Amino acid sequence: MKILVPIKRVIDYKVKINVKADGSGVQLDNVKMSMNPFDENSLEEAIKLKEAGKADEVIVVSIGCAKVAETLRAGLAMGADRAILVQSEEILEPLAVAKILKIIAEEEKPDLIILGKQAIDDDNNQTGQMLAAMLNYAQATFAYKLELNGDSANVTREVDGGLQTINIKLPAIITTDLRINKPRFTSLPNIIKAKKKPLEIKSIADFNVDISPRLKILNTQEPPVRTAGIIVGTVAELVEKLKAKSLV
Amino acid sequence: MTILVLAEHNNVELSIETAKALDAATQIGGEIHVLVAGFNAMAVAKQAAKLDNVAKVILAQSQELEHCLAEPVAALIMSLADNYNMFMSCASSNGKNIMPRVAALLDVMQISEIIEVLSADSFKRPIYAGNAILSVQSLDEKKVITVRTSSFSSVGTSNDAPIEEIAEPSEIGLSSFVNAQYSDSARPDLTAAKIVISGGRAFGSAEKFNELLNPLADRLGAAIGASRAAVDAGYANNDLQVGQTGKIVAPDLYIACGISGAIQHVAGMSSSKTIVAINKDADAPIFQIADYGLVADLFEALPELEKSL
Repeated sequence: MKILVPIKRVIDYKVKINVKADGSGVQLDNVKMSMNPFDENSLEEAIKLKEAGKADEVIVVSIGCAKVAETLRAGLAMGADRAILVQSEEILEPLAVAKILKIIAEEEKPDLIILGKQAIDDDNNQTGQMLAAMLNYAQATFAYKLELNGDSANVTREVDGGLQTINIKLPAIITTDLRINKPRFTSLPNIIKAKKKPLEIKSIADFNVDISPRLKILNTQEPPVRTAGIIVGTVAELVEKLKAKSLV
Repeated sequence: MTILVLAEHNNVELSIETAKALDAATQIGGEIHVLVAGFNAMAVAKQAAKLDNVAKVILAQSQELEHCLAEPVAALIMSLADNYNMFMSCASSNGKNIMPRVAALLDVMQISEIIEVLSADSFKRPIYAGNAILSVQSLDEKKVITVRTSSFSSVGTSNDAPIEEIAEPSEIGLSSFVNAQYSDSARPDLTAAKIVISGGRAFGSAEKFNELLNPLADRLGAAIGASRAAVDAGYANNDLQVGQTGKIVAPDLYIACGISGAIQHVAGMSSSKTIVAINKDADAPIFQIADYGLVADLFEALPELEKSL
């Protein structure tokens, strides 16, 4: 079994972002970048399947500028076998990303494609579902637990009312939620070993895909700011304030 | 403009969230149809027909549609696609699962989780867990949109729209339902409750979480929420998580107990009308966004609060 894990390089989740004053976007220069946290979960799940003897090869793929190679190397250090970088200076929307991934999936023929459920920059939550549609594969989004049984998989999903388990025929798309596993820390020997693993670089131009944006960004603003109210001294005072506003 | 809104339901009851998605559809303008995809779901269609501004309810019923799996529902929407310019749903787990599949099949870019309608093709949506707000204009001819329902109000229920039953779509067979563990709670739904009381890791155990929050929630008629830390620690079920990756809520009153106020959590509740924070750490970031803060040990403050209500 071959598993393809698409990953995205995003602003590190611990960084407090700055919205540019001219409304043109979020400050990306000189900001710490990391692998999207949900993608760490998807990669961890793929590596666990390999360690359990259920998968033979784990391939990480990403689309972006040359620096994305660092994020792919981090994926190789976690335990992926090889990496593919589709180099692009343009920032792609999920629809275009899914089109590129579809072509890679058709070349690599993975049995399973595991993605993070959303990227923490754009919060779109679309790429996996779009890729599933384009490949006409089954999809199991927001995965909490994954169990492979031959040519199908049982996936328990985090849904609004609780948990739902579905069976999907392989090949299929899975998108991971945070609780599916705890991504491992990479050790120094593995980081060194990762430098020797294959990382293939492709150019987006070779894919012959229309990547022009379908959404025109009008502006990016700071959210409305909430300011601190008052500190009350006692529970009684709190209740009095809430009663005065007819909230309780 | 003709808009198709996918109804959110459990085959018995229409979710209040659909009435809020209809508010967004109404602001966009045009003829609005509601699609009820399910099994034995006539009761849901009847509830949808009552919602204001709905011109028609379309009811599609089959066993494949019972559990709202993405593949058959997306195929059903595609079978109706020629009649519509816009496809909308709540940004619920169903909407998030199904609509991007529809968007890809239509070759359009979905606009996820809109919080404001600027015009028929332009919308505001949060990015970076709500730390920035993006205004975008869709250049696609057909548009696929999910709606963050906490940012909209419910439309009224004085309508009597016609219900049209359509033939079930052909079987897809890529996926099948196995089972579900849905939380069984008499409490109001987290996304619809007027009061939400949430707990964090400070409770220390699932027993304490329930022992302290349940009576208070019962007294207030509140829904119970939890921080990601509390869910990760096993104090509460995943469907109670409030935050960027959980539920987004905007109740009249939000009471955060023992929650520090991580960006992740704040993203899910910062639109609440009044926020109360109870935390023994006076420096907790939650106090920076709370209307009323109480620096106290929650093991003492919560029982006292329950008694004084």
